[in-house]
Amino acid sequence: MSQAELRLRGAVAAKLEDNIDTDLIYPGRYLNITDREKTAEHLFELTYPEIRGLIRPGSFLVAGKNFGCGSSREQATAAVKFAGVGAVIAASFARIFFRNSINLGLPAVVSPEASAQLAAGDELEIDLVGGTILKVATGETFRAAPLDPRAVELLQAGGLIPYLKKKYAG
Amino acid sequence: MASTEMTLAEKILARAAGRESVAPDEIVVASIDLAMSHENADLVRKSFLEIGVARVWDAERIVIILDHRVPAESEKTAATHKAIREFVHEQGIRHFYDVGRGGICHQVLAENGHVFPGMVVVGTDSHTTTHGVFGAFATGIGATEMAGVWTEGRLWFKVPSTIRIEVSGEFQPWVSAKDLILYLIGRLGADGADYRAVEFDGPAVRAMSVASRMVLTNLAMEMGAKVAFTPVDERLLAYLASRSGSTIPESDSFAADPEAEYEQVLEIDAGRDVPEPQVACPHAVDNVRPLSELKGMPVNQAVLGSCTNGRLEDLEMAARILRRRRLHPRTRLLVMPASQHIFLEAMRLGYIQTFVAAGAVINPPGCGPCVGVHQGILAAGEICVSSTNRNFVGRMGSKDSRVYLASPAVVAASAVAGELAHPEDVLEEDAA
Repeated sequence: MSQAELRLRGAVAAKLEDNIDTDLIYPGRYLNITDREKTAEHLFELTYPEIRGLIRPGSFLVAGKNFGCGSSREQATAAVKFAGVGAVIAASFARIFFRNSINLGLPAVVSPEASAQLAAGDELEIDLVGGTILKVATGETFRAAPLDPRAVELLQAGGLIPYLKKKYAG
Repeated sequence: MASTEMTLAEKILARAAGRESVAPDEIVVASIDLAMSHENADLVRKSFLEIGVARVWDAERIVIILDHRVPAESEKTAATHKAIREFVHEQGIRHFYDVGRGGICHQVLAENGHVFPGMVVVGTDSHTTTHGVFGAFATGIGATEMAGVWTEGRLWFKVPSTIRIEVSGEFQPWVSAKDLILYLIGRLGADGADYRAVEFDGPAVRAMSVASRMVLTNLAMEMGAKVAFTPVDERLLAYLASRSGSTIPESDSFAADPEAEYEQVLEIDAGRDVPEPQVACPHAVDNVRPLSELKGMPVNQAVLGSCTNGRLEDLEMAARILRRRRLHPRTRLLVMPASQHIFLEAMRLGYIQTFVAAGAVINPPGCGPCVGVHQGILAAGEICVSSTNRNFVGRMGSKDSRVYLASPAVVAASAVAGELAHPEDVLEEDAA
């Protein structure tokens, strides 16, 4: 995994509603796929299969509250990340999904303001440490929860595995 | 300095982090007492191998239980099971429950005396909150994070604020813990307890069996709870002594302090607030309505089992309704006892015979159709009433199927009636 940038630029690929659960993100029937990259093939397969085609490398997803509720399945996070998503912006995240995101090096950005006001197609600049989301077209800035220093450290390392690998190397 | 009054979640985290006290929103690093995984131990294993450490931090504190796809439904799963078996052997992980040796992970941990009050337990399964029934701080994590636990034996937590739910009053006939928790999820919402700890207490909770209390702590996850607790009282200590063969001293440290601060305190009267069985309608667990508004909805499949409601008292309740009755012609019933132990007990007591005579299929102990991969998948257009824990789109089969979550009693009654039904409807019909 490469070093995650702490300032991101990209466009919103899709906007989703509240309570997008893990089974919508990644159906249980594919849980025996343990190759992280391959999980992306089944992202939103049952209900929003079109989203996969809208994602470009570094695109953002915007969602309502409680994104990723339900199962602890890490494949849900892996599928979002390896489909090319650069960050998920949501009004709130379910806690396991949030932790999985940081651990896999996928920025999860909490911003009720941005969640309410952004739409698919919006070009954004996100400052993960400062906690701001700039809508490029209008110059509007939305506040986001600044990432905890521990989360920043993990994202910079590219996730928990490279972080621990480095820590215990040799 | 005056001692700080703490909730149970705060007390356990303070101890595990080596601190005098902790307060909500602080980040602490806690030592882990028990780390549980099921089939996703294979994902954990892969992440662990990538990290490159030779040995797990403590093989005695790791428990692995195969339950999601047992017996293996595909060659791919068989390979996963095999890789896990080889790994536990190499690492000297003794607490491994293979196919046919255990059952559903949460039930197996409970039955085999793995969890005690005051422990910090993590599991790569969201319903790990179940173990708060034993006074443990128990929560779900992802596979990579578990690989970190296998490496370091500790994990960071944000100290949660706590919601206290006091339940008084008496349940109406055929209304149970499942109806209470569905009512609460409907009232608080799918994110109503996000990141929070929940303490269930009050006379109606203390009057419940340990099995019923597990329904509350298990499903608290469906309102987002990080951890959930029921009281560590004499009944619980007696249960633990019977499972572990050791006596646990009753201690104040397994209860919240009297002046602990709560984010919210809810007072519920079981008889008044939950006057009838509750049903979670498609496609969200917080889409809850009273059964009376849904009666008559035709049912193709009824499912009795899971980590939520596959225990002996659940099977007993269903057997009472199904005894000397046949399933409705349009309805099939699948039963999965939550463990091998429960399966044996249910045979000894004649419940299994009752189910088979009624026309039910008995699945092996495990998650089975609850995760929608095998042992009873729904076709497009089909309706299922289930004692399980999730009714998301496509959860139990086709994305065009619909799942209604209910108590074991309602599941059994509906299987007989062929439509969503109250147990009294079925029992009265017979008496008439």
